[in-house]
Amino acid sequence: MDNSLLVYNGHIVDPIQDIDGIGSILIEKGKIKEIYQGKIKKPVNKNLTVIDVSGCYILPGLIDMHTHLREPGYEHKETIHTGTKAAIHGGFTSLCCMPNTLPINDNATVTSFIIRKAYQEGFCKVYPIGAITKGQQGQELAEMGLMREAGAVAFSDDGKPVMNSLVMRRALEYSKTIDCPIISHAEDINLSANGLMNEGELSYRLGLAGIPKESEEIMVARDVLLAKLTKGRLHIAHVSTKKSVSIIRRAKEEGVMITAETCPHYFSLTEDAIKDYDTNAKVNPPLRTLEDVEAIKDGLKDGTIDVIATDHAPHHKDEKLLEFDKAPFGISGLETAVSLSLKIVKEGVLSISDIVLKMSVNPSAILKLNAGNLKVGSDADLTILNTEKEFILTEDEIFSKGKNTPLLGSKLTGKALFTIVRGKVYNND
Amino acid sequence: MKKDLLGIKQLNEEEILNILTTASSFKDVLQRDIKKVPALRGKTVVNLFFEPSTRTRTSFELAEKRLSTDVLNFSIPTSSVVKGESLLDTVKTMQSYGADYIVIRHQCSGVPHRLSRFVKGSVINAGDGINEHPTQALLDAFTIKEKKGEIKGLNIAIIGDIVHSRVARSNTLCLLKLGANIRYIAPATLLPNYIPQEIKTFYNIDEGIKDADVIMALRVQKERMDKAFFPSEREYFKLYGLTPDRLQKADSQAIVMHPGPMNRGIEISSDVADSNQSVILDQVTNGIAVRMAVLYLFGGNDNG
Repeated sequence: MDNSLLVYNGHIVDPIQDIDGIGSILIEKGKIKEIYQGKIKKPVNKNLTVIDVSGCYILPGLIDMHTHLREPGYEHKETIHTGTKAAIHGGFTSLCCMPNTLPINDNATVTSFIIRKAYQEGFCKVYPIGAITKGQQGQELAEMGLMREAGAVAFSDDGKPVMNSLVMRRALEYSKTIDCPIISHAEDINLSANGLMNEGELSYRLGLAGIPKESEEIMVARDVLLAKLTKGRLHIAHVSTKKSVSIIRRAKEEGVMITAETCPHYFSLTEDAIKDYDTNAKVNPPLRTLEDVEAIKDGLKDGTIDVIATDHAPHHKDEKLLEFDKAPFGISGLETAVSLSLKIVKEGVLSISDIVLKMSVNPSAILKLNAGNLKVGSDADLTILNTEKEFILTEDEIFSKGKNTPLLGSKLTGKALFTIVRGKVYNND
Repeated sequence: MKKDLLGIKQLNEEEILNILTTASSFKDVLQRDIKKVPALRGKTVVNLFFEPSTRTRTSFELAEKRLSTDVLNFSIPTSSVVKGESLLDTVKTMQSYGADYIVIRHQCSGVPHRLSRFVKGSVINAGDGINEHPTQALLDAFTIKEKKGEIKGLNIAIIGDIVHSRVARSNTLCLLKLGANIRYIAPATLLPNYIPQEIKTFYNIDEGIKDADVIMALRVQKERMDKAFFPSEREYFKLYGLTPDRLQKADSQAIVMHPGPMNRGIEISSDVADSNQSVILDQVTNGIAVRMAVLYLFGGNDNG
């Protein structure tokens, strides 16, 4: 693959360089060598591999800033090998993996292990996210500085909140020292109690304990206030409610430096997906209602929500076959994110350029990854999208070990035909 | 009839009345010298109880035996569930025994619904989490009908731990379908956030109980109360306990019901529980007839 590669005649969208039109990209030695804007003649050259992507979009490689790779410790759910393979299949050239592994990534040794393993057997780029607190217990700060040196790009106790406001304050203050965002899993776990789904009429009808929206909103509000107090770098993970969107919008208007993400399931599905106790629709935060879905879309549209991340949470089939109460929370999301995001492009909520912002430019900026564009000289990380390609989501279509998605069996439109990482081409068709 | 009895939610008025009528014939059988009929001879019933239960389990077992089925009892302490076997594997094993019916009680809502997809035989819900307890609601409706003649238009007060009560939920669904007026009486912490519009709620028992024709006291479910829902049992009894004084405010012909087991001195005083207005033991007797009807009808034996 050290030969030159020409990604030929696609629609290039690179908002950073203000490119939005037909063009071709020449790749050499894993780097972008040249961008040709406009139509060029298809070259004939033995040493040049040409991929004709006519009719497709050429985008800066997508970055998922919220993935659970499960390794080390939960290899029956996912491994670095299978998770990164799923990422490629879903169109992602980079991902950030959350620290709730076993052992927890709360020290530089685990951080280094993940980076080394990803280098040896991963397909896409992997950036670990370290734990904020030791053992994700919410009590003492973990060695964030040392993890940062080892390659961690952000810190989060994801899966759990930092319930103690003083600890969260210190974490946000410390984040300035190491120039890394703190990613908040915003949930008041006392208020969530033993909740299993969104609290409302449906949870009442199904006899399932509810998680009120306020459980998320209270913590979003708290963390916004702490961000204001500390001027630390706060990023709110997986925003799922209308009120959370408005709290974040208001905070941004007031000049608080925060960023926020949502996940495709929060703008595509409602709690109705649980139907007759489908554990594949059990996720935390839970799927909400139509008014929340609409508010999330509004938040994406007006820029309140900066990022679309997957919160890819693979689980073993046996675990999702358990009773609804006992089945773990989580949706496998790496391989449906592109289709679901393109759906709201079709609806007119976002443009393709917005998709690039939310799934590449902004994650790169928040995490300082030096990616998210197609500048000459940068790593050739590209996602080639066919927005019309239709497919039925079967278990065989999912490369992740986690087949746990309520979308199984449904027809999806739009797919990453090729994912290119440092010039290496993966054909997903 | 359908294959499974998952909840009252899945039944319409006609189906409910059909069950009650059939139960009435079985009640006649139970008053004979020989209380057994060969209706389901050769059928196998597995009683799968994942939660402690005395009366529902024994009531089902007796109903099954009265119908001449072969009965297999399976409860947690003796099962392989304690060895870590998954619920689905357990149920598949029962299926391989050739079970025609699986009567299941489980502490998690929705378990019968999910299992029904994997099981060929009839799944009968004997209580799932805080969701439903359909046979209890049916036997309550049967008892009310027996005592009051007509359910339509009756004022029925349900008192107590409604939010944790699958009995209250199934009864509400059932009695609304049969045209009763329902009132909930409970402290706000024990009321669900989402209550059907037709239902009136009262925080004050003395107001709520006024002119009620039927009073259902619910068991305070200590095992589901992992967080504080009221300050003390003493205070609860003082504010919500069903006492003779309070019963006076209801209709003079009012009947008192309780799904059992009772916490005497918490939700109901002994004087009321043992009074001649109490139909609590009739509920127990009727439970057998209603469960016979359910087994008979849901096993594909509905020949008109």
